[in-house]
Amino acid sequence: MIRASSWVMAEREERFGRRTLLNWLLAGSGSTLFGVLLYPVLRFIAPPEQAEALATAVTVAKLGDLPPNTGKVVRFGTRPAILVHLPTGEFRAFSAVCTHLQCTVQFRPDLEAIWCACHNGRFDLTGRNVGGPPPRPLEALDVVVHGDDIVLSRRG
Amino acid sequence: MPFLSAWLEQRLPVRALRDFLAHKQVPARQHAIWYYFGGAALFLYLVQVATGVLLLLYYRPAPESAFESVRFIVAHVPFGWLIRSVHAWAANLMVATVFGHLFSVFFLKAYRSPRELTWMSGCLLLALTMAFGFSGYLLPWNELAFFATKVGTDIVGAAPLVGDTIRFVLRGGEDVTGATLTRFFGFHVALLPLVTTLLLLGHLLLVQVHGVSEPIGGATRGRRIPFYPHFMLRELIVWLGMLAVLVGLATFLPWELGHKADPFAPAPQGIRPEWYFTFMSQTLKYLPPTILGFEGEHVGILAFGVIAVLLFVAPLLDRRAGRGVPSPLVSAAGAVLLVFMLAMTLLAYVKPY
Repeated sequence: MIRASSWVMAEREERFGRRTLLNWLLAGSGSTLFGVLLYPVLRFIAPPEQAEALATAVTVAKLGDLPPNTGKVVRFGTRPAILVHLPTGEFRAFSAVCTHLQCTVQFRPDLEAIWCACHNGRFDLTGRNVGGPPPRPLEALDVVVHGDDIVLSRRG
Repeated sequence: MPFLSAWLEQRLPVRALRDFLAHKQVPARQHAIWYYFGGAALFLYLVQVATGVLLLLYYRPAPESAFESVRFIVAHVPFGWLIRSVHAWAANLMVATVFGHLFSVFFLKAYRSPRELTWMSGCLLLALTMAFGFSGYLLPWNELAFFATKVGTDIVGAAPLVGDTIRFVLRGGEDVTGATLTRFFGFHVALLPLVTTLLLLGHLLLVQVHGVSEPIGGATRGRRIPFYPHFMLRELIVWLGMLAVLVGLATFLPWELGHKADPFAPAPQGIRPEWYFTFMSQTLKYLPPTILGFEGEHVGILAFGVIAVLLFVAPLLDRRAGRGVPSPLVSAAGAVLLVFMLAMTLLAYVKPY
């Protein structure tokens, strides 16, 4: 009996001996160090969420810049917007980012429509998607004329 | 796993590498910290490559965006403060370590035959390290860096004959402008890393070919220890220690960004170059306007050039060490240089004017 139990002890010592423990400690501290070094690197690589400069009201053009039945792509904060002067004299503005694959749209006087050159998407002059692949209308922006300045602002 | 290692062994000289590692030995020396500077400098270089690559993800090298992008890194990018601060601190520690390496090799006469080329490549690596420091200092485009670069390139411009041309090329024009920033950026992240890495590989290859030097008189009496694992583990401890120091410094003494450079503002008070250039700038301050009919500044710069050349060819001049005989005269000259550099550096901080 005694002999059998000492054999068991020896077996156990071999499986959980000092060397095993040291190896585990070494591997553990090694991988901890590695993780500690890697974590900041991974976080650094992922760009931070930037508080987007929310354009509220931007003066984009002068009244004289835009004859009737023309359009112009203008800067609205960090994104392009399109300003259209209708033949009726009314101004309308939309986000110029196509709802299909985010190309920048343009005004086509011949079509009397807003048109995307990338995939022939078409929007009418209320921003509604009326032809081609775009799935949604363009986001409409408010246009206010202050004296000589045309000011765009986000709706709502 | 055994399958993978067998697969690799058939395709790579794994066995040869393992045999090589098992038999490589280095001289045994118990507490000689002088032998760890080279490895420490290598570690810091690797840190610089890693953190430098990371900083490149956000840095924008133009006068209107450089300062803002570094501020963005420090203020908004997760751990950006850490990466940038580690990069700045490691740069300074690296310069200090490389100088430590130079002087320890010098005083131990490890440059003696047949290791002359190892020494010379090391001297060039020191020059490259300082060029890294000088070019990197400008990149955040802050006030201090802007004026330090103006002054530094101007001093180079005072070198005889070629000075004006070098200054013009360095600045990318007559003045320090956005053109200087772009070009320093190019030097710092492309040209210098390429040249340094190639030269460093050559340097390490030479160290491998000739083995680690033993001091004259054989203080270790030929006792040797295995490189792997004995020496490697010791070196690893040094590296881990340096990492701890580096992260500690970066966290508790974060490197300042200062104010954005304004080319039309007067130079700020207390303007001075990075500490490792102060021994030169301080010396130039003490020189009289004319020495033997020549401009004092020109003479000073020429003298530093001569010292650099003498240092570079030291193994060829030190004939005694080449024969394995102590050369106290050369040691004394080195000691004078070291004391002079330390004194001038100290004076630059204690009595700048």
